[in-house]
Parts: sequence; C-alpha cells; structure tokens
Amino acid sequence: MSGEGTHEHPNYMLIFWWLLGLTIAEVAVPMVITAQVPKIALLVSMAVAKAALVALYFMHLKFEKKMLGVIALTPMLICAFLLFMLMPDSSWRWIG
Amino acid sequence: MSQAATASHGAVDTYETPLTPESWGKLGMWIFLAGDAMSFGALLATYGALRYGATDWPNPADALGISLTAAMTFLLICSSVTMVKSLAAMQDGDQAGCVKFLALTVGGGVIFLLLQAYEWTHLINEGMLLAENNFIVDSTGAVVGHLHEGQELAAGQMRASGLFGTTFYMTTGFHGMHVFSGVVYLSVVLRKAMRGDYSADNTAGIEIAGLYWHFVDLVWILVFTFVYLV
Repeated sequence: MSGEGTHEHPNYMLIFWWLLGLTIAEVAVPMVITAQVPKIALLVSMAVAKAALVALYFMHLKFEKKMLGVIALTPMLICAFLLFMLMPDSSWRWIG
Repeated sequence: MSQAATASHGAVDTYETPLTPESWGKLGMWIFLAGDAMSFGALLATYGALRYGATDWPNPADALGISLTAAMTFLLICSSVTMVKSLAAMQDGDQAGCVKFLALTVGGGVIFLLLQAYEWTHLINEGMLLAENNFIVDSTGAVVGHLHEGQELAAGQMRASGLFGTTFYMTTGFHGMHVFSGVVYLSVVLRKAMRGDYSADNTAGIEIAGLYWHFVDLVWILVFTFVYLV
C-alpha cells in the first residue's frame, strides 16, 4: 500500500459485471425452477460465488497473507458446525 | 526490536514473523469481522433451522416480494464498487476522485436505509409484525391471502408461522444497523479525505473502512439469498 504513482488494481468493473449477472440469475432461478432441491442448490452456489468474489477481490483476500484467509474462514466453519448441530432439532417435523 | 531501528524510525519497530500482517489495523478489522460473521451466521442458522422444522412457513417471495430487494442488492453491489474505486483513486494520488467515490458510497448506504425503512413500513402496514402476521398459506407454503377479523380458514389453509416475522426483522434489522454504522463510519472517513488526511502513501484508513463496507455487502448477498429467495 505504499509508493507513489499508479498502482496495479484488479479489474473491479469485471467483478461488478459478474456480481450483477449472478444477481439477475438468482432472481430468475425461483421463477424458472420450482423443485426445491435444485433451486436451493443453485441459489446457494451462486450466493457463495458472489460472496467469494467480494471477499477475494473487493476485500483483497486474494492478495493478502494466508493468515487473513484463515481468520475469514474460521467463522464459516463454526457456522457450518452450528447448522449441523441444529439439524436434529429441526428434523423432528419429518420423523415425528 | 533493535535500539538502532527504534531510534531511526522514532517509533516502536516490532519483530516481523511470517504471520505479521501488513497492517495491524487491518488485522484488527478482520478479527472484528470474523466475530461479526459468527453473529450473522448464528442468525441465519437459526432462521434455517426454524424454517426447516416448520410446516406453516410462508414462501418468502410471496410474502415479501423480490423486486425492491433485488434493487437494494444492486445498490449495495454498486456501493462496494465505488468503495474500491475510492481506495484505488487515493492509491493513485487522486484525492478528488477518492472523495467523489466515497461520497457516492455513503449516498448508496443512505438510499439503502431509506428503501429498507420503506419496505418495513409496507410490511408492517400489511400486518406482518415481529411475533405474528396475517398471511394465509396452503400446504406448500404459498401465500393465498390475508386473514381478516373473524374470517374462517378454508380446508388445507393455515395461518403462517409468527416466527417468519421474528427471524425476518431480526436478521434484516441487524444488517440494517450495520449499514447505518457503515454510513456513519464512512462519513467520518469522507470528512478526513476531504481534509487531506490521506495520501497515496497513507491509505490504510480508507482500506480498513472499505473492509467493513464490503463485509456489509457480502452479508447482504447471503441474507438476500436465504431470507428472500430460497
């Protein structure tokens, strides 16, 4: 982050167009696909892709030391674990 | 830390390890964001668990509508772009460009908050409250109407879960509070940029504020998907 003159910047507008395209696709998915499983799988995949684009390029995680990536990934692992732990409770509807 | 290094720099020079970050301020913000992400993660996981276990959960697209929220999502994405553009401008020594893009970012945040206030007002007037709502749903979750005073439910219909409003207002409200904090935070950074406190060699303050703003955008991407679309 130091030095005079022009820096090399990622192509932010390309990321913007990807984010816009994915958002439009996300809005279209529930209108086109009604089956729950493929709809949810597609929507979650696109949301994760958008979140990754923001983290990697706008938050510059791609260009940072690995330690910041580890810090960023930790809450995701913990939240995945939390979801896994909550599943037995919410599954009573389907088995009882 | 050597005495020579301390003397030459006039400040404490810490010993650098492979884990030493480029900026301690940036590391601090990342640690804060990791904690904040767990708060949002807990809210979204709770939302998922409650919804998965409910038979009377309304289809969010029917109950909430997507058009306005899609526009709000577009707005936040645009504000993230103006945020990185403001940082890039300052890194290139363009103070006027930095101020312009920062002002656009703050403006985007303010418009987002106004749209959210409009959305909440509309939903509350429709009868969707924090603990109850008047949506009538069928067995698939499709919203088939609004319950009126003394109205009998037809066969196969039921009143939508009150937890729908609870999880919706808690999650979007918590996010909205972050947008409001971001607007205040970025306004302070904007004022400092206008005053000339930053330069091409001193952009850490803008970059750290940008991390917070992009995180707010990132979380909204997930909220939009899980609360409105799925």
